[in-house]
Amino acid sequence: MKPLLAIDNLRTILRTGAQPVRAVDGLTLEIQRGETFALLGESGCGKSMTALSIMRLLPDGGDIVQGSIRLNGDELLTLPEAAMRAVRGGRIGMIFQEPMLSLNPVMTVGEQIEEVLARHFTIGHAAAQARILELLAQVGIPDPARRKTEYPFQFSGGMKQRVMIAMALAGQPELLIADEPTTALDVTIQAQVLDLMRDLQRQMDMAILLITHDLGVVAEMAHRIAVMYAGEAIETASREHFFKHPAHPYSQKLFAALPTRHKRNQGLSVISGNVPPLSEIFVGCRFADRCDRAWAKCRQVAPPWTAVAPGHRVRCHLYATGEAQQPAINAFPQHSAAEVGQPLQPAEATPLLKVDDLRVHFPIHKGLFKRVAGQVKAVDGLTLDIAYGKTLALVGESGCGKTTVGKAILQLIPATAGSICLDGVELSGLHRRQLLKKRAQFQIIFQDPYSSLNPRMRIAEIIEEGMQALNHNLMETSKAGKNRTGQDIDALLQQVGLPVEAKWRYPHEFSGGQRQRIAIARALAVNPQLLICDEPTSALDVSVQAQILNLLKTLQQDRGLAYLFITHNISVVDYLADEMAVMYLGRIIERGYVTEVLDDPKHPYTQALLSAVPAIESKDSRAVIRLEGELPSPANAPAGCHFHPRCPHVMPICREVYPGVSQFGSTHMTHCHLYNSAF
Amino acid sequence: MPFSPVILWTDLLVYLLVVVGIAFGFYIRRHTYLLVSWRRVAHSASGMAALTVLLCFLFIGLLDTVHFRPALEQSLHGVEDKVYSAEVLSLLDVLLGPLRLHVEKTYSAPLSAHLYAKETLETSDGEQIRDFARLIYGGAHLSDPDTELAPDIFWRAMSGLGGGLLVWGGLMMGFGMMQARRCQTAFWPMQAAIWRGRTEIPWHAIWTTLALILLTVGAVFALASHYHVLGTDRVGQDVLYQSLKSIRTGLVIGTLTTLIMLPFALLLGIAAGYFRGWIDDAIQYIYTTLSSIPSVLLIAAAVLMMQVYIETHAELFDTVAARADLRLLFLCIILGITSWTGLCRLLRGEALKLREMEYIQAAHAFGVSHWRIISRHILPNVMHIVLIATVMDFSGLVLAEAVLSYVGVGVDPSMISFGTMINASRLELAREPMVWWTLFAAFIFMFALVLSANLFSDAVQNAFNPRISTRVGHSDGSNGQPAPDSQAENTLSATQGAVRT
Repeated sequence: MKPLLAIDNLRTILRTGAQPVRAVDGLTLEIQRGETFALLGESGCGKSMTALSIMRLLPDGGDIVQGSIRLNGDELLTLPEAAMRAVRGGRIGMIFQEPMLSLNPVMTVGEQIEEVLARHFTIGHAAAQARILELLAQVGIPDPARRKTEYPFQFSGGMKQRVMIAMALAGQPELLIADEPTTALDVTIQAQVLDLMRDLQRQMDMAILLITHDLGVVAEMAHRIAVMYAGEAIETASREHFFKHPAHPYSQKLFAALPTRHKRNQGLSVISGNVPPLSEIFVGCRFADRCDRAWAKCRQVAPPWTAVAPGHRVRCHLYATGEAQQPAINAFPQHSAAEVGQPLQPAEATPLLKVDDLRVHFPIHKGLFKRVAGQVKAVDGLTLDIAYGKTLALVGESGCGKTTVGKAILQLIPATAGSICLDGVELSGLHRRQLLKKRAQFQIIFQDPYSSLNPRMRIAEIIEEGMQALNHNLMETSKAGKNRTGQDIDALLQQVGLPVEAKWRYPHEFSGGQRQRIAIARALAVNPQLLICDEPTSALDVSVQAQILNLLKTLQQDRGLAYLFITHNISVVDYLADEMAVMYLGRIIERGYVTEVLDDPKHPYTQALLSAVPAIESKDSRAVIRLEGELPSPANAPAGCHFHPRCPHVMPICREVYPGVSQFGSTHMTHCHLYNSAF
Repeated sequence: MPFSPVILWTDLLVYLLVVVGIAFGFYIRRHTYLLVSWRRVAHSASGMAALTVLLCFLFIGLLDTVHFRPALEQSLHGVEDKVYSAEVLSLLDVLLGPLRLHVEKTYSAPLSAHLYAKETLETSDGEQIRDFARLIYGGAHLSDPDTELAPDIFWRAMSGLGGGLLVWGGLMMGFGMMQARRCQTAFWPMQAAIWRGRTEIPWHAIWTTLALILLTVGAVFALASHYHVLGTDRVGQDVLYQSLKSIRTGLVIGTLTTLIMLPFALLLGIAAGYFRGWIDDAIQYIYTTLSSIPSVLLIAAAVLMMQVYIETHAELFDTVAARADLRLLFLCIILGITSWTGLCRLLRGEALKLREMEYIQAAHAFGVSHWRIISRHILPNVMHIVLIATVMDFSGLVLAEAVLSYVGVGVDPSMISFGTMINASRLELAREPMVWWTLFAAFIFMFALVLSANLFSDAVQNAFNPRISTRVGHSDGSNGQPAPDSQAENTLSATQGAVRT
């Protein structure tokens, strides 16, 4: 069968710095009609550049120097720009990662879709309007007649991504390029969008080029997979083959780096080092420096394609005939992982942190005199406690108030009501100066390693700051005091796995993972007992995430740290946490030990959340529960149980009364009428 | 003593600025990481060329700042105690003596030997004719200007250019030898390195700029003794002299006003954005009120009040210059007080954005004091805006001075400034035939001053922005900290950045 899209030996270079960067270096792939082809890889491997090369939308300084891209036999690279415009949005549609940034905020959704229609079809106004309604309905937007006259800010994130898909579909494309389409979305919304894409593909017999770093999404969506590393494809296979027998050491490492429960008591396998800079000239295998099975040949000869199975090819010397006999493919090498083992212990009697009925409300001001017109109840009666040296994971979708909880505990946001008790001392209501003395006991690590370090301060200054502010005895101006601070900084940097020389450099010289290490070192500088981790790994690649998780786990063992781990990533919870609490709209709806909650979720929301997580292992018996709709606004929460508008098991009483506590054993509890003893 | 030194108020402030500048220089020398950043400024070719021009302006401005009163000849009474002239002169005035004293009757075009307007002349035989009269000084040495003027100008200019080239060559040789000795290479390889742009500091750019400056100065110098290179104004004063005198006024207005404005803008703007709440409300009310009053009115009122004060307290000022100077200082103050609102608003917005950044949240979590957060986290991250805004304001302020002079509330009429020159040329342009050289001179000088200030601040801003300077950043890391892999990592992060975009 003739492929729909055939890329042959594509080379794209970027002339940005002193040396040209070979962003895509000899990529060859074929996509069949009606197929989902996933391009998998870490950031900086050239995935997005491939997509932009296909669309010929390269940034300034970007050039396609070699190769051919054929869409249904038509060479795209030689097309004049005018003809190419008909291809973009017409024969090839594209969806971007950030739905918030890809829609024009001053045009209504209908106008933006109409723009595409007007460009690609000669169509009258009435017909265009009818087509817009059809498209919006097709992507599952309720009440399309009203919604098409609304502006993007009136749509939620998931709905915006649906609009983006509708725009991409407007040109009736043969190929849809989806560049990380669900990375910015929540799990339940991601499940909805992925479902939608699958349905549309089936209806329209469209090919999808899915670009992602998420193995879970690949496992759910893809028919065939290509793994990209440092600008070239290193393995292509069908999904089944790939997930059963990943052949390339890099692919195997990616799997090994994923946190899961059965790796709980051991360190995650990490890939040492970084993706090499694409400006260097490669001799031999690009992965050789990070591969623990590399031998001399890997560094001298670039490996050719080798077929390991029909339709499964890999670029690795391990599989070339006549080489060392094929090692066991699934034996994940673990030696680079620090062995961290920690048996579960029963919680101690007095918790380190005790939060009782915490409420954080933000007033909504309206009118000329800024009257308080309502309250955004970001956190509304939250109770939790964390034992010494334990990890509590706080799980929930974005907008449910988990970050606010973290900031309220840190006293960065004043709590409206409730008590926060750390190590027996009540924090809320403390004066700024009194609070200063307690600050050293609890610290925070933020999500975005790029905005959490001041770009104009050197690493030493960043780490020193907390020490100086909190330990006034260290503020000695004497040489001895300075020396001691300097030694402390060196020790900290070594502890988080950074070279000591790093302290004289500025944050921008470090990669995301290294920055996160610096942020951890900064928090550790004041010897805290509790570390609030606000999604510390969600901005990082899988292999880097593994490094950070290992570090957090080692630190917990060495220093007896307790973590409040705020996240939406269930597999991280499964790997790292002792207890977990699920949050929905400002309240905890279920909590217990990780094993209890994950194995036997009681609340319908927890069940749906867990089932929506894309699974890598072949589907188990658990049916996938698809949630309708999205998280309601915390400004006007639904009456009764907050979850009832989306709940599949809704009962009349749910609409009226907020459910009380239902206990399962001594540690597992939930708020749901289903388990109310009256029923 | 043949003179009595005079220190005017603005002189004092300028000296203070110079002292602070030198102290800052020593401070930088002591702190290696600051030194590294400033060295990066020295790596920008355009920045260094601009700095060369800027230094020339500063030099002229400083010369014009050293004021004194010369002693008068004491022949009448033969008394011992000296009487000093009521006229305050500066070093520049002395250096430009001929230019200052060669005053013609009225307008004359650049490099002309005749006046620009016809007047009735009496010839030697008593006949009256209307013709262009010869100038008293310009081209006075020529017997027949019609034939001799062009060759004379040409040869003088050539000799001037030659002189300039000679001086430049001399400097070049001397410096080249010094540089060669410092780098322990021979003279010629060093020269080759400089001119192929292989030196760390772009000496070729500096030397090219200096060559241009020296050639111009040489030619002008050779011509200026016998001609009015940029013509004369209505009262016959040399326009080149006026332009050179204007430089100090421009620099003083530009720098002092900025200095007065900055504390307001920085403190209030950042405080409003950082603290929000009622502090923000109060500061916003202040600056919206202030900016809704037409600033010209406010300035006019203030300057007129000042003028009345000066006139009623004439005994306080012993010279005209002192009066003019106090008026200039007051003008700077009032301009500063009225012009901080724009920058303040910008900074408020930026501070609003920055206070939500996670590194500031982290600082809060450490209990870092508000003052420290403002000075260590917010201020360095808004400095680029401050730098750009002040340089942009610099030209605006020089122009504002012109507008105010037009209304009659600018600098003292006895003080030469770009503003008074531009104001004068308003009528001259409407005249037939047009007198264009005053405006032209003011334009050329202001253009060079503002452009070089802009280019230099660009270079500074680039050098201090850690993200922009990635590529050149490490080669000169004087502490030798960068790890061997840092270069590779940098390119990697640059690559990733590029790929992400």
